[in-house]
Parts: sequence; structure tokens; C-alpha cells
Amino acid sequence: MPALVLLGVFMIYPILWSLWMSFQVGRGMNFSFGGFANILRLTQDPVFIRALTNTLTFLAIQVPIMLILALLFANALNDSNLWGRSWFRTAIFLPCVTSLVAYSVVFKSMFAQDGIMNQMLMAIHVIQDPIPWLADPFWAKVVIISAITWRWTGYNMIFYLAAMQNIDRSIYEAARIDGVPAWARFWHITVPMLKPVILFTTVISTIGTLQLFDEPNLITNGGAPSDSTLTLSLYIYNLSFKFMPSFGYASTVSYVIVVLVGILTFIQFLAARDRRA
Amino acid sequence: MSNPLALIGRAATYLLLLLAAFISVFPFFWMAVGATNTSADVIKGKATPGGALWSNIVTFFTSVDMPRILFNSFFIAGVGTALTLLVSSLAGYGFEMFRSRFRERIFGGLLLMLSIPFAALMVPLFIMMANLKIINTYQAIILPTVASIFIVFYFRQATKAFPHELRDAARIDGLKEWQIFLFVYMPVMRSTYAAATIIVFMANWNNYLWPLIVLQTNEMKTLTLVVAGLTSAYTPDFGVVMVGAIFATLPTLVIFFLLQRRFVEGMLGAVK
Repeated sequence: MPALVLLGVFMIYPILWSLWMSFQVGRGMNFSFGGFANILRLTQDPVFIRALTNTLTFLAIQVPIMLILALLFANALNDSNLWGRSWFRTAIFLPCVTSLVAYSVVFKSMFAQDGIMNQMLMAIHVIQDPIPWLADPFWAKVVIISAITWRWTGYNMIFYLAAMQNIDRSIYEAARIDGVPAWARFWHITVPMLKPVILFTTVISTIGTLQLFDEPNLITNGGAPSDSTLTLSLYIYNLSFKFMPSFGYASTVSYVIVVLVGILTFIQFLAARDRRA
Repeated sequence: MSNPLALIGRAATYLLLLLAAFISVFPFFWMAVGATNTSADVIKGKATPGGALWSNIVTFFTSVDMPRILFNSFFIAGVGTALTLLVSSLAGYGFEMFRSRFRERIFGGLLLMLSIPFAALMVPLFIMMANLKIINTYQAIILPTVASIFIVFYFRQATKAFPHELRDAARIDGLKEWQIFLFVYMPVMRSTYAAATIIVFMANWNNYLWPLIVLQTNEMKTLTLVVAGLTSAYTPDFGVVMVGAIFATLPTLVIFFLLQRRFVEGMLGAVK
């Protein structure tokens, strides 16, 4: 099984190695065993705390918004009487074929101070004065969240659409004859039937958001302004490759992500099981 | 459709979809228009085509060794994809076709690893490449991407539908196991291969973090890195950057439109 050997070399070995590394202190290629020194350092590192808070904020806001939007779009597009169905589907799916770098660049230019975004919003009188999108800690977060949502909503929508097409039409017919309104059909038939797919997309999106790197690095120049969009992955990258490398501490931070993914995935599975029972 | 409430709901649905479609497509339009404008115009939010397209293209092509960069990108994504498919389909075939005591346990362990983020791997992988002295080479960039648990999982799921009688018949005919794989399994599974190709190629083409770490000289860089590099300058030339963005998006966009059906099927195969 050559595949297993490869997986072993490029997955399992690095994982164990990084676990070992996370107990090492030192700079560059000089290590010494530091015991729990790195874990202690985590609790006193304001940059780490900020990266962690940012990452969790992105997760808590972006994933629900995106999945609800995806579900709404999928439900609307599932109606076979809808005019222009395949056009809408292609349009909404289109963002997820772009390269992350290309779309990050495009977003960066759209959200410039005098840029198209501010001009459009002022033209329709949503705002009076231009918003300093990328210079303000709050708005920079908003831009990152909008960007990820733009890129991935269509992707999740496709999963929901496929699952909806597997639901037996006659259930809806029966409900319609009984006079159940559309929103109730959506809430009491569609959503429960999609539970496994919703779980799947939640897990995938959670993992993805916890690993967020490309967008904050490119759109907000590596977490600017003042680390307000710094994520855990970005921090690990900075620790390892940007300044004097401190690989051991970087490994400790990366294990925070591993643990988070583990905990959140576990909670999501538990929640899904509870609701089913 | 007779009652007014349903009509309002219908109108709201169309409005929502139109808005979503507009928001989805607008950045593409913006990218195309931006490529024809000067950097200053892009930042000022000029949404009409300008006359700077040619000079942007010229600047882009002269600022980097484009043929070399394109070769790097296609080579890395292409070879990486071919190897990933070969390795993953072998693993998928193996997991489904051979019974062993630890099969399910090993597979379960693999699935668990699916949730380990790349951030946790990048440091040890980098040190590993440094120890092997292959930093800044094609091998260094391709090898770690070949081990894709997700694609192994995908192939195993697809292999469940492979008719075992076909394999048994081939064995009776005296074919060796590798011959069965090559001449029976691979042709039967071509649509699985097609879908996986799209997924893997796109992932490799768009890969940013790992190449950023491992590729260090200009002549080794991929298109993704070059475009990213153009943006992170203190005063990026946005017109030129847009030309780069178009180049970076074009291959995946073309693949998407050519193989739209397959693409969606491929993504769905992962859930079933």
C-alpha cells in the first residue's frame, strides 16, 4: 500500500513531530525541551489571545450567516416553477471557482477608501460618508466576513440543492393539500430532512474558518489594522516564517487549532444526535 | 398563486435571487473592468472600461517571467493532480477490495486526520523538506499535496459501487492485481476520475500557503504567488493586479464551464 506509506510520511509523521515540537523552546533550528513553557506562554501572549478571539469571532458570525443564506437560496432554487433557475444557480455558484488569491485582490480594490463599494453605498444613500473599510478594525472584520461569505455560499448551496432533490415530492404535495404554508413546509419538512447535510456543511465550514489564512493575509495585509483580522493560522505563519522562526511555539499554537476542531466537531455531532432523538 | 401573500412571497424570492446573483457576479465584472483601467482609476472606483488594458498587460508580462511562471503553475498542478489521483485511487481500491483485520480501524483513523488543519502540519513539513534539502523544488511543493485523505475517502465511496463480479471474472481469467486495476478498474471508474481531477486540479492551482512557504526564488514561483506578491507591495498597481487575477482565474473558470455537470456531481459524490 504505497498510499498508506505516503500518508504516513506526510501526515502522521509531521503530526507526531509537531506534537513533540510543541514542547520545545528556542529559536531557529536550536531546540531544547521546555516542558509546558510554551503552554504557559500562550496564556500570557496578548497577540495569541487576539488571534484566537478573532478566529472564533469569524467562526461564530460567518458560518451561521453563510449556511442560512445557502439554505434560503437552495430552497428558492429548488422550486421547479422558478424562472431562470439554472442561471441563478450558475451565478451564485460562480464565486467558488475563483482562485482565493484573485478574489482577495478584487475585494481589496473594491473596498478601497474611495472605492466602488463606498461609491455604490453612497449612491443609494445607505451611508453618508465613505467607510474606511480596511483601516478600521471593525470594518476590516466585516470585509473579511463578506469576502468568505461571497466565496463559499454557493458551494454550500450546491450540497443543499442536491439533498433537496432527493426529498420525495409527494410529502410536499400532501402538506400543500393540507394547507401548510410555504415557510412551514420549509421549516418542518425541508430542514429536518436535510439535517445530515447541514451537519456535514457545518463541520466542513468550521474546519475551513478555523484555518483562515489567505484572505486576511491578502486583503488586510497580514492582519492589519492592529491585528484586528489576525487569525491563528496567520499567527503560526508569522511565528514560523516571518520573523526569527520559533517553530516550537508555533507548533503549540497549531495544536490549539487541532483541539478546537476536535471539540467543535464533537459538539456538532452531539447536537445533531440530540435533535434527531 | 391566487392569493396576494403568495404573490408577495414570489416577488421577494426573485428580488433576493437577483440581488444574490448580482453580488456574486459583480466582482467578476469589476475584475474585467479593472484590468482596463489605471491603478488610480481602480482605487477611485471607476466602473467603466478605460484605455489602459494594453499597458497593464505589458507591465504584467514584463514584471515577471510569465512563460516560466505559467509553466510552474501548470506543471505543479498537473503533476500533483496525476500523482494524487493515482495514489488515492490505489488506496481507495485497496480499502474496498482487500479484507484485513485492521481495515476499518485504519480507515477511521484516516478520517479523523481529515480534521487536522494544515497549519498544524506546515512547520514540521517545512523542517522535513529542509532536512531533505529540497526546499524550493518541485518535489517539495508537490509531495505533501499528494497525500489527500479527502480524495482517498472519495475514491473509496465510489469504489463501493464497483461490481465485484468484474474483478472476480478478471482473476479467473488470470489477470494480475495490477492488471485488474489498470485495465478493468480504471476504465470503469472514469467518471470518478474525471470529477476528482477537477477537484484536485483546482485545489492545487489555487494553493497559496504551502507554495508561499516552500518556494523562495522568483523563477520557481507559481501564478498564485506572483499575483499575491503584486498586491502586497506598498502601492500595488491595481490595474496590473487585475490582469494577474484574470490569468489566475481563467483556467478554473474554463474547467468549470466545460465540465459544469461533472463538477457538481464530483462535489456531491463526497457527501453520499
